[in-house]
Amino acid sequence: MKTLKALFGVSAALAVSLLATSALGQTYPERTITMVVPFAAGGPTDTVTRLVAESMSKDLGQQIVVENVGGAGGTLGAGRVASADPDGYTLLLHHIGMATSATLYRKLAYDTLDGFEYVGLVTDVPMTIVARKDLEPTDLKGLIDYMKANKDTVTVANAGIGAASHLCGMLLMSAMETQFVTVPYKGTGPAMTDLLGGQVDVMCDQTTNTTKQIQGGTIKAYAVTSPARLDNLPDVPTAEEAGLAGFQVGIWHGIYAPKGTPAEVTERLSKSLQVALKDPNVVARFAELGTAPSAEEEATPAALKAKLEGEIARWKPVIEAAGQYAD
Amino acid sequence: MDLVSNLALGFSTALSPENLAFCLIGVLLGTLIGVLPGIGATATIAMLLPITFKLEPVSSLIMLAGIYYGAQYGGSTTAILINMPGESSSAVTAIDGYQMARKGRAGAALSIAALGSFFAGTVSTFLVAIFAIPLTAIALKFGAAEYFSLMVVGLVSSIALAHGSIVKALAMVALGLLLGLVGTDIYTGTPRFTLGIREYADGLNFVAVAVGVFGIAEILRNLEGEKTRSLLMAKVSGLWPTRDDFRRMAGPVLRGTAIGSALGILPGGGAILAAFASYTVEKRVSDNPGEFGQGAIAGVAGPESANNAGAQTSFIPLLTLGIPANPVMALMVGAMIIQGIVPGPNVATEQPTLFWGIIASMWIGNLMLVVLNLPLIGLWVKLLTVPYYVLFPIIMAFCSIGVYSVNSNVYDLYAVALFGLGGYLLVKLRCEPAPLLLGFVLGPLLEENLRRAMILSRGDPTTFVTRPISAFLLALALAVLIIVFLPSVKKKREEVFQEED
Repeated sequence: MKTLKALFGVSAALAVSLLATSALGQTYPERTITMVVPFAAGGPTDTVTRLVAESMSKDLGQQIVVENVGGAGGTLGAGRVASADPDGYTLLLHHIGMATSATLYRKLAYDTLDGFEYVGLVTDVPMTIVARKDLEPTDLKGLIDYMKANKDTVTVANAGIGAASHLCGMLLMSAMETQFVTVPYKGTGPAMTDLLGGQVDVMCDQTTNTTKQIQGGTIKAYAVTSPARLDNLPDVPTAEEAGLAGFQVGIWHGIYAPKGTPAEVTERLSKSLQVALKDPNVVARFAELGTAPSAEEEATPAALKAKLEGEIARWKPVIEAAGQYAD
Repeated sequence: MDLVSNLALGFSTALSPENLAFCLIGVLLGTLIGVLPGIGATATIAMLLPITFKLEPVSSLIMLAGIYYGAQYGGSTTAILINMPGESSSAVTAIDGYQMARKGRAGAALSIAALGSFFAGTVSTFLVAIFAIPLTAIALKFGAAEYFSLMVVGLVSSIALAHGSIVKALAMVALGLLLGLVGTDIYTGTPRFTLGIREYADGLNFVAVAVGVFGIAEILRNLEGEKTRSLLMAKVSGLWPTRDDFRRMAGPVLRGTAIGSALGILPGGGAILAAFASYTVEKRVSDNPGEFGQGAIAGVAGPESANNAGAQTSFIPLLTLGIPANPVMALMVGAMIIQGIVPGPNVATEQPTLFWGIIASMWIGNLMLVVLNLPLIGLWVKLLTVPYYVLFPIIMAFCSIGVYSVNSNVYDLYAVALFGLGGYLLVKLRCEPAPLLLGFVLGPLLEENLRRAMILSRGDPTTFVTRPISAFLLALALAVLIIVFLPSVKKKREEVFQEED
């Protein structure tokens, strides 16, 4: 009797879920959507997510709840979404770490490329090369010469393995073909404190964390890593102009869904993302963070997939050359 | 006079009807979640972030700040009543506060905590207003070497936390340090002692460990037999502190306020140390150190004042540098950014209404807390008369919800269960959990700063004595050690504890 009941229950559930899948395209979303951020609340990625989620909610007509599942460089949150029901009600907003963790972690609970469906790119936050305010050099070229001349004493801070500042620092070392002493911190906050206090010399971090300090004159900026100068830091040259050819790096953010999420759903979400990225409030807040929303053609599943593939390939040799893994 | 006009601006902002209302909502919510064991300010503020989008920046920050110090305040309530600290700082309050409660003096302990906190809150708010900017300069002088030496002082002093055998206290500190090693080594990325479980890659969750070794262990102990169980429902005598109590709390409150204000400004771990440091100092200066751990008033008044003062002054790095001192402050940064205010060194000059409004609201919030909580004390104490078969399951349920809500990590719940059993074992072995918790909190900071200082000095250990602040702190640690092991003190200490047995 019991088995019969169980069987009946299972088949009923199956029928319901089948019905739900077939109807998804027209009626999605019917209930609250959860968007997982694989980092702590209050951080830059969390801020980006909350701004976009609020705007997408308006377009979708359903609330998007942001859930912070932090830990292990973002791989716990990504793993949670990879194994969630592919019904479009659990999404992931992750940054460049999605691509780098594929190499930084040799054992992941999910397949980075094949474990997800793609919604679109959200934004590409530029980085800045900054130093304590009393460091002698006045431009990037001078800084490079200074760092090479003092390669045993110069210290480069970062916010821990896999952090944006760590990646940018690695890229800087590989561009300069010199290894420096790196000083890891638990997060950007303490790293910035020590840079302000002059305890460490150089750091490369996203504009979200550095813009206000640069404007306040508490740290020195040598270059931005974007293709063009930034509106709110007009005096800071790009790395390209300042002499580091091809030195472009940004903390790009994308939205993912579990593998098997229907294409109609990811398309619907992509459309909604495109609307959100044109929302004046989102544009204004992003600008204050020193970044801009991705263009409409980038906020698509295909663009995100191409970006992820390209970035995994780009970072693999850099990380392997540094020989540092996170597990 | 700049300060007067600035404060006037602050109070005119904070006293507007809607800001007063949000301040009240904040402290009410804060008290409530503080009283619910395990649910911390971090989780609550994270959940409330979306709501603040719709508010004015000043109002939303006033409310979030209210939640933060309200929770600090409410956290001591559960620490005293059921030995269940929700935040690291109230772990110290639990030591003597809970003993006072068991002796039927819960009301007095709660009032002492409330009044001490209010005094500390008032003083430190004015410190923030007057010295925020110059104090920041001192905080920036603290590099890795200085932090390391500060942690050494903290660990050495922790011996004083124990009221039993020094050897057992040292063993607990060492166990705490070892537990603190669990997680990813930030210098190499290697996972340590995680048993291959990625959920422990960021270390064991503090709230889970604290709730386990204090709270769950206490529940298990209470379930042992009818006799101990009745203690929880002991007749409560005298809700209010006596004249003698007031006399005895004055010194500890003053010292606690000073210690808390000083340590609170250090970004990164400073505030955690404040309550522990205050307890150590009180025990040292006390005429009757044997009383500590048995319900000493100074053991509640000092740490409570210190933790509240530290909570206020930890706003300094946030407001003057734009750098968060702890996870709650990081959430505040998030809230500010979403509101379009990117915190940085210029907040005070660019956003004077916001800066001074928040400072003024801190004092108003503290006043509200004391006005709200003094009448509530009677109610809280009545909670003790709730039969254990109703109370314990409720506590367990809230603990589980609270711990899970921090990271949505089910492994944190396994940790609560495991540390509950471990804590019970420690109680049976007459080992105290407070030094363990201190080791657990300080261990990772000690290691991180030691290694960072060595990297920065290129492997030269003299960096710890050639940097003046660091040298001073190490000398202080040495002095504490000498005092503890001085034959006369040692003898006196042993006598004191023998009498108790």
